[in-house]
Amino acid sequence: MKAIVKFLGGAGVFLVAAAALVWALNVRDEVNVDVDLDVDAKAPVASVVLSQTQLARGAYLARAGNCMTCHTARGGERYAGGRAIETPFGTVYTSNLTPDEKTGIGSWTPAHFWRAMHNGRSKSGRLLYPAFPYTNYTQVTREDSDALFGYLHSLPAIVQPNQAHAIQIPFQSQAALAVWRALYFSPGVYKPEPGRSVEWNRGAYLVKGLGHCSACHTARNALGATKEGFDLAGGLIPIQNWYAPSLVSPLEAGVGEWGREEIVSLLKNGVSAHASVAGPMTEVVLGSTQYLSGEDLGAMAQYLKELPPSVSAADKTPPLATAVSTRNTNTTKGGKLYEQHCAQCHGNAGQGVANAYPPLAGNRAVTMKQTTNLVQIVLNGGYAPATEGNPRPYGMPPFVLVLDDNDIAAVLTHIRSAWGNQGSNVSVLEVNRVRANQSR
Amino acid sequence: MTKPLLFSLTRQLIFTALIALSLLSLLAPTAQAAQATAPFEDTIAQRTLACTACHGPQGRAAPDGYYPRLAGKPAGYLYNQLVNFREGRRHYGLMTQLVDPLSDAYLMEIAQYFSQLEVPYPVPPPGTASKELLGHGERLVMQGDAARQIPACVQCHGQTMTGVAPYVPGLLGLPRDYLNAQLGAWKTGQRRAHAPDCMKDVVARLSTEDINAAASWLAAQRLPANSKPATTPPSLPSGATAIDCGSAPLAAQLKAER
Repeated sequence: MKAIVKFLGGAGVFLVAAAALVWALNVRDEVNVDVDLDVDAKAPVASVVLSQTQLARGAYLARAGNCMTCHTARGGERYAGGRAIETPFGTVYTSNLTPDEKTGIGSWTPAHFWRAMHNGRSKSGRLLYPAFPYTNYTQVTREDSDALFGYLHSLPAIVQPNQAHAIQIPFQSQAALAVWRALYFSPGVYKPEPGRSVEWNRGAYLVKGLGHCSACHTARNALGATKEGFDLAGGLIPIQNWYAPSLVSPLEAGVGEWGREEIVSLLKNGVSAHASVAGPMTEVVLGSTQYLSGEDLGAMAQYLKELPPSVSAADKTPPLATAVSTRNTNTTKGGKLYEQHCAQCHGNAGQGVANAYPPLAGNRAVTMKQTTNLVQIVLNGGYAPATEGNPRPYGMPPFVLVLDDNDIAAVLTHIRSAWGNQGSNVSVLEVNRVRANQSR
Repeated sequence: MTKPLLFSLTRQLIFTALIALSLLSLLAPTAQAAQATAPFEDTIAQRTLACTACHGPQGRAAPDGYYPRLAGKPAGYLYNQLVNFREGRRHYGLMTQLVDPLSDAYLMEIAQYFSQLEVPYPVPPPGTASKELLGHGERLVMQGDAARQIPACVQCHGQTMTGVAPYVPGLLGLPRDYLNAQLGAWKTGQRRAHAPDCMKDVVARLSTEDINAAASWLAAQRLPANSKPATTPPSLPSGATAIDCGSAPLAAQLKAER
């Protein structure tokens, strides 16, 4: 009897301690929004006057964070929210960021906004889902947060109530979110590395913070947290079913060997001499990087160039020897399909056309281990984003209704092994898996 | 004396060119095969190969009837449709994701390119609809049904049903399945246009049978000799009320000026 009481008592103490720890971890580094040192929260918001320079800066930072792309529904008012973000845990609907008093952030103070960006907590005190990438935005400085807030407050107020999220049990509970945050989130503004140049640090600040590159380019664990923080070693984007390639692997999208100008061109224009963005990266260039200054893009390029190269263990193993024997039969069929459907644009030797059709020979997007994107591109086609530097992009037609799973597997296996490419076979099963999971 | 000579020479040249063109169209499959090895060109035709893969060479429509003709449709109409896909007023996943990253200016250029293509229309396929159904369809298209407040299609789409530049599309040269699908989509709210959405209001008054009748009759009609969209809106028949359409602001403006 005594033992049971002792055990229950012990368990109770443990639970209380654990809850206290989770609570403490969740309020780390938070400002008191009622007595915020920087701005008087009691003062009417309209009195927050920003100079034209600060407003322009806020607008620029909003581009760097690509805020509008997620906070605007298809065909909806800009920044009024309502876009559905599908996650493995349910659907999150983005919120109204316009300064409407009731439905937007009109009643917020800069301190409330800072707490959302830095700590992932809404004005009401509710914890925010990390679909809003505060796990990255926490690196943003208070000064930049205030400029962003000022810009958002200068937008026309749109009356549009926020839509309730549709998150599955138990992930919908604030307690579950608090535990998740205790495990995977720690607030903290980016601290410049003293041994590095000002430019490198600027690049790191943008890539890690507002750019939130790791949100896609870092793999997520079963609970949706980015596994290795900011390793940028590539990750499958759940639901959308695109693979954000590794930015550190020379076998994927690592840019250590690229010229700086080529990286800048890809981020600025959406195309460069040897590459073209596709899939979810299209909306990153479209809504964000095309608007960034040459200096900032150069800084990001420099930071990305200097990331220590790393190849995953899986990438080091060569394609299975058995793959070669099956390849020959496929090559005939795949080769014929290539000639019929692909060669007109990508060339007889997979050479492509500079700034129009990416080459397939020697292209890492073609040869890398993950083949999801290749299947996506063949199924759906697509245009590169129309940008100032490339206002009339070329496009690829969808083949979803033209080629069946066998055809696509054959033609992809062909391009992955022709012209010196040494990628493994693409199986019919893989094509079928991607086709079956089309989110559109 | 040189001027008339030059004139007749030019006319002869145009005539020869037209004959050559119509012969070429007979050789369409060969032309398509030749296209496969066409060299790269920095042109809008090259840029829209992603469109013509489904909509047929030069946007002449796909044989299956699901991908409509683009060639010769009014530019403003085509532009509005591209924007409608991008902004979620029309729904077809493949179209939406293709136009998603494209700018208004580029979409307008694409629309203008297809609107300027002159491609001969095919002869309508033999239909299986009954005489009664076709008769009902013809009445709806040509006269409407005043009792049910259904305007005649020709009131806006032109007496010869070839549309009105730049916003009102023609109704001929489209397969019955496509017309049925589009009118049906309007009825269910799947297809929308800029507000005020006049087509939505009109289709709301049509029954499924009305839709099928109008689509069957329209799909069976040959194009008139001049298949181009009219340049001015048709005059309003007596007793008819003008219709306000968000997707055809020019027509609305003209109406206001009258």
